Amino acid sequence: MDEVLARPKAAAGTMLPILDIRQVDKRFAFGAETITALSDATLRIEKGEFVCLIGPSGCGKSTLLRMVAGFEAVSSGALLMWGKPVSGPGPDRGMVFQDYGLFPWLTVSQNIAFGPVARGRPKAEAAATARRFVEMVGLQRFADAYPHQLSGGMKQRVAIARVLANDAEVVLMDEPFGALDAMTRERLQEELLEIWAKARLSIIFVTHAIEEAILLADRVVVMSPGPGRIIADERISLPRPRDPTGVEFNALRRHLSRLLGSHH
Amino acid sequence: MTALAARAAASRQALLAVAAPVLGLAAWHMATSGPGYHLIPPPWDVAVQWWDLAFGGVWDDLYSATLGTHAMASLGRVYGGFALAALVALPLGMLIGRIPVVRDLLDPSLQILRPIPVTAWLPLAMIVFGIGPRSAFFLVFLGAFYPILLNTVFGVRSVEGRLFEAAAMLGVGRQAVFWKVVLPASLPSIFTGLRLGLGFAWVVIVVGEMTGVQTGLGAIIMEARQLSRTEIVISGMVTIGVLGFLSDRAVQLLGQRLLRWSPQHG
Ligand SMILES: Nc1ncnc2c1ncn2[C@@H]1O[C@H](COP(=O)(O)OP(=O)(O)OP(=O)(O)O)[C@@H](O)[C@H]1O
Ligand SMILES: [Mg+2]
Repeated sequence: MDEVLARPKAAAGTMLPILDIRQVDKRFAFGAETITALSDATLRIEKGEFVCLIGPSGCGKSTLLRMVAGFEAVSSGALLMWGKPVSGPGPDRGMVFQDYGLFPWLTVSQNIAFGPVARGRPKAEAAATARRFVEMVGLQRFADAYPHQLSGGMKQRVAIARVLANDAEVVLMDEPFGALDAMTRERLQEELLEIWAKARLSIIFVTHAIEEAILLADRVVVMSPGPGRIIADERISLPRPRDPTGVEFNALRRHLSRLLGSHH
Repeated sequence: MTALAARAAASRQALLAVAAPVLGLAAWHMATSGPGYHLIPPPWDVAVQWWDLAFGGVWDDLYSATLGTHAMASLGRVYGGFALAALVALPLGMLIGRIPVVRDLLDPSLQILRPIPVTAWLPLAMIVFGIGPRSAFFLVFLGAFYPILLNTVFGVRSVEGRLFEAAAMLGVGRQAVFWKVVLPASLPSIFTGLRLGLGFAWVVIVVGEMTGVQTGLGAIIMEARQLSRTEIVISGMVTIGVLGFLSDRAVQLLGQRLLRWSPQHG
């Protein structure tokens, strides 16, 4: 594919990672104090990788995601996308916010078409894209509803569809399935994996659920708080679709809970 | 709710809405229609006078069938002053809300001018604009200006930060963000400002027209008072009430159409 050929190369033979996070610190001023939200985070993510971030509340997962999105600057270290420093938000990195961030004055369809329209796509094309993704997240009946008429889980699905419809290369998801019922969650997990594979997305997915991380990820990155740091980076090489009742699955689950538990 | 219950609730509401005016009219009638002299004419006399004022055929005096002219004059000033106020206050409010330099430059002065009641401007307006309709027009402008300005500033400033982030990550550029996010997000506040501004315009018009203006509802109220034609005074008041109410309803309906997405307005 052209896209693959066009990808920049660092040196002959070695591919640049899509995201290269090098010894990144993030400090916030908190009154007179300084809070270190993230300390010495180093993470390389290849094109097409699915990375899950797990860790207790306050360990800097959202902060890391927001820096990759370009909403926050790094305090020290380097954060590179295709070798270039990230200097602000852009449509190559889509974010699914924990609190949705939908535009209340737009209908479900219009919210999903927002990105394509903003980037100057023809109206008909944007509408067709919106229709496709409305269907994907199962909201056909609510295509013309406004956000205040939706449940939390429905809003979350719109937020996901909005990012996927915008062709972002990197998709950042901050606990996107937290508010969903088990059945919807399972369906969307499957859909997400399908789209991820088809569009060769690179995904950073924050979750509190160890099982969800093992089900989805190529790699599970474990973080610990006070200050937030990365304590483990586990590759999950089980073939997909994965069976949560399998022996290996359970071994991984035990291993990750132990990692999480030992750092409280 | 079933259709039947909904209809019962609606008719109950309508009944309550007319109950107070009917009681008020009855009390007014009792208090004024007995024997002896009364300062205030009874409701029926006012109704007859209003009819004559609007259509003529009862007294056929100087005032007969002039209500239309006066009402149109007032309407023109109200909507003209209001439109001018909106034309100035909307862009100014957006600039103050969005651009810190403009805010630092203008906000302190506007805050000091704000507590001055509109009516306190009347003498100065008469000096500058002369006695006549232009002073009235200016007062209406001033009365509508501040509610529109303040609500626009508030609306533009209180756009949720998350929405800017969402727009940026979806590819909206620096310039487009105003049209794509700021304006629609602040529309409910702007609308509240317009509605309040129009309300104030109706309040102020009467004061403005009470000083040396020939036509207008305020003018006939003032003139009739001097002639002790209290029925005309009250007829003028009722007309202002009805017109103000209708114009507010029109704005409200427009708001409900435009702001269907907003849980407060839709
Ligand atoms: N804008 C900010 N100003 C000050 N401190 C902040 C800011 N944003 C985050 N922090 C701090 O950084 C730390 C990490 O926060 P972050 O939101 O990244 O945690 P998290 O891992 O996403 O937690 P959760 O699982 O609860 O969402 C916290 O201690 C938080 O108080
Ligand atoms: Mg978080």
